[in-house]
Amino acid sequence: MLVFTLVASMSLFGVRVFAEEVSKAQIKGLDEQVQEIKKDVLGISSELSLLEEKLLYPSNTQISVFVSFADEGGFRLDAMDIKLDGEEVTHHVYTANELEALRNGGVQRIYTGNIRTGDHQIEVSFLGKSIIGGVYQKTASSKISKGVKPKLVEIKVAGQGFGDAIEFKER
Amino acid sequence: MQRLALLLISTVSLAALSFHTAAAEKSTDVFFGEAIFYANQAEYFDAISRLDTELGQYYGLDDPGLDSLHLLIDNAQFSVGDFELYYRMHQRAGRAIKSVIEGNVEPAVRNKAIYRLAKILLQKNQPVNALHAIEKIEGELPDEVRDDIAYIKAVIFMVNGRPTDAIEILTGLQSSDTHGGFAAYNLGIALLQLNKDAEGIAQLDKAGTSSGSDEGTKSIRDKSNLALGYKLLESGDPALAKKYLYRVRLDGAFANRALLGAGWAEIALDRYDRALVPWTMLSKRNVTDRAVQEVMLGVPFAYGKLGLHGKSAILYGKALESYDTELAKLDASIESIRDGKFLEALAREELKQDSNWVIKLRDLPEAPETHYLMHLMASHDFQESLQNYFDLEEMRKRLLAWERDIGAYQEMVNIRREYYKPLLPVVEKQFQFLDSRMRLRIEQRDNLENKLQSMLIAPRPQFLATVTERIDGVSIAKLEKRVQHLPKTNEQRQRVDRLRGVLDWNIYTQYHDRLTQAFKRLRELDGVVADLKEIYRSFVRTRQAATQSYEGYDAALNTLHIKVLEAQERIKSAMLGQGHMLESMAVNELDIRRKRIEGDQVKARFALAESYDRAQKKQLDDEYKKAAEESAEQARKAAEQAEKALLEDAKDKAANQETTRKEPK
Repeated sequence: MLVFTLVASMSLFGVRVFAEEVSKAQIKGLDEQVQEIKKDVLGISSELSLLEEKLLYPSNTQISVFVSFADEGGFRLDAMDIKLDGEEVTHHVYTANELEALRNGGVQRIYTGNIRTGDHQIEVSFLGKSIIGGVYQKTASSKISKGVKPKLVEIKVAGQGFGDAIEFKER
Repeated sequence: MQRLALLLISTVSLAALSFHTAAAEKSTDVFFGEAIFYANQAEYFDAISRLDTELGQYYGLDDPGLDSLHLLIDNAQFSVGDFELYYRMHQRAGRAIKSVIEGNVEPAVRNKAIYRLAKILLQKNQPVNALHAIEKIEGELPDEVRDDIAYIKAVIFMVNGRPTDAIEILTGLQSSDTHGGFAAYNLGIALLQLNKDAEGIAQLDKAGTSSGSDEGTKSIRDKSNLALGYKLLESGDPALAKKYLYRVRLDGAFANRALLGAGWAEIALDRYDRALVPWTMLSKRNVTDRAVQEVMLGVPFAYGKLGLHGKSAILYGKALESYDTELAKLDASIESIRDGKFLEALAREELKQDSNWVIKLRDLPEAPETHYLMHLMASHDFQESLQNYFDLEEMRKRLLAWERDIGAYQEMVNIRREYYKPLLPVVEKQFQFLDSRMRLRIEQRDNLENKLQSMLIAPRPQFLATVTERIDGVSIAKLEKRVQHLPKTNEQRQRVDRLRGVLDWNIYTQYHDRLTQAFKRLRELDGVVADLKEIYRSFVRTRQAATQSYEGYDAALNTLHIKVLEAQERIKSAMLGQGHMLESMAVNELDIRRKRIEGDQVKARFALAESYDRAQKKQLDDEYKKAAEESAEQARKAAEQAEKALLEDAKDKAANQETTRKEPK
């Protein structure tokens, strides 16, 4: 009995065989089928997003606003407001995942909309907490010029002591 | 070997996460950065979709060199391959990365691509191909993946049965921040593979006492100690084995196996009472664990060895009761899986928000089937199949939303068509009228410029006469006609000639100033013409945008709608297949557990009977002994009584003889 049980205990080193009826070939076959479906659905996604962009945000009126961190984000960003010509167009409250994604170099597309060609005023406000725990909030505005091409505005935010808290970049 | 590979691959995946960060740090293209934003949140579908779109647009440009993605194109290609890898699209990821390797790229870039390809091949359980790939790495290694490359190389060598090569690399990785712990453990395993038992044991001992308080280090310590303990137990050194088994944390993932092993080490040393310490502790843990079920036979076995057959029989009886309960649970679980409850439980959204959702499944009262499936659910094949099922479910939801969106877009296009179509002909007519006027004015302006340019070569002062001067000129000409018959000395004629002289004087002497002024005004006119042209272009664009807002979408939307419907059908069928496969895996796993418990049940029944017999035999032996002792006591007492009676009889006889001597006749 001792010997039998001891051998059973040694199964830690053995290879688990869990499914005689489900073969490796079946798993592989189905996996390849799923991969093919993913490829097709991704293709649909790309086609649809291009079509949506053309339909909803034509180049001559399109404006997109992106947010990124200028540094490692030595503060906690809680929320951000974007105003265009004095009107609020978006307000975003950040999740922990989104913050981590920004800290690791991600760029968030916070707003896409339509504006007329010509000059406009963009105002950005954010609310957060500094490293030492105090409230850290900033507001900045900038003039942007909308032409025929889609307008891309990148907003770089930085923690205290890392240069400008809000920096605008037009593309 | 397979177990080892699983451990290592999981580590490689963790290491790969830093690639997103590395790529992102250099990203100056917002669309690439956006893809990374999604990838960093493990939303790989969105990340691939965005980066694919961006890459498609980049390659469609006439001059891609001017695009902001140009400087990052290699990185973007890698990243899309990486994201596909994380999204379990191994086939496409492999092809994307291979195309980079075969391209004309720098050694550092090429080596990074080879590393990623080798990783894919290893994950796909193609160790030989992974070896062929990794051996192509030569020259400069990128700093950020230097340790990753070394580590995966060692893993590939081990999986391909080349522990000697692996040992060399793993020894060099001992001080690595990211891979030091795993390298220490695997170095021990590699040494054992080479039958260098003493060195392997020493290395695992080192890995089992490594410093660090994070969960990863603790797990490596536990795993090293457990592996070492069982290795020593297997090679017949239970005294040393228990030293390592007792090092394993009591609340870690390896605790139950360690407690079980520690008990067997004590048994092997004939220390049955000591074996009861870890085993009793283990027997109070979750009964669905295989180690706990095994120890339910171990504890009464130890009591039996201590001669406590009654206690042993009682515990075997309890084990039998527990096995019955568990078998009933397993039957209910199998039934529940067949009713589709398992997939329902797995697909619960609220559980997926928690990183320990597999463990939390145990707490769901309506999902008993998951109690026994923890090990299955941790296996690579099951996880891959389960993730595929989740991915299919996610795509199904996306397609449903897209189907609705496409319907809305079709309606939007129709509304725009109904609005613009009647308006455009009227606007077009007005536009044509304004267009012809504008063309005329522009032509006039061009003629004016030509005239001015020609005056720079051949001065024509009359061209720059003012309106008044022209009227005056006409009036003077009329007067000249009237006085031409008069003699030149005539006062009238002289007056007219003076008027002509004054007029010409002014025109000729002011010519240069007037020409300069004319050019200045022409430039001012150019500004107005430019504004006019911009308004014209803007109008053309708006008219074009109005037309384009409804034209050319019907076919594209219809095609997309058909594609969405087809994909939905394929997903439906694949989900059925994948769901059925998961259920089969689960049922098979439960069936295996069922059979093991039935085996344990048989053993427990025999052991119970044996213990009962021994307990009964002991009881009979005790009764026989007691009866024999009582008989002996009775015999002893009888003998004493007989002896006493004899003595008394002898005394009586002696007394009688004395009486007879004193009374002579």
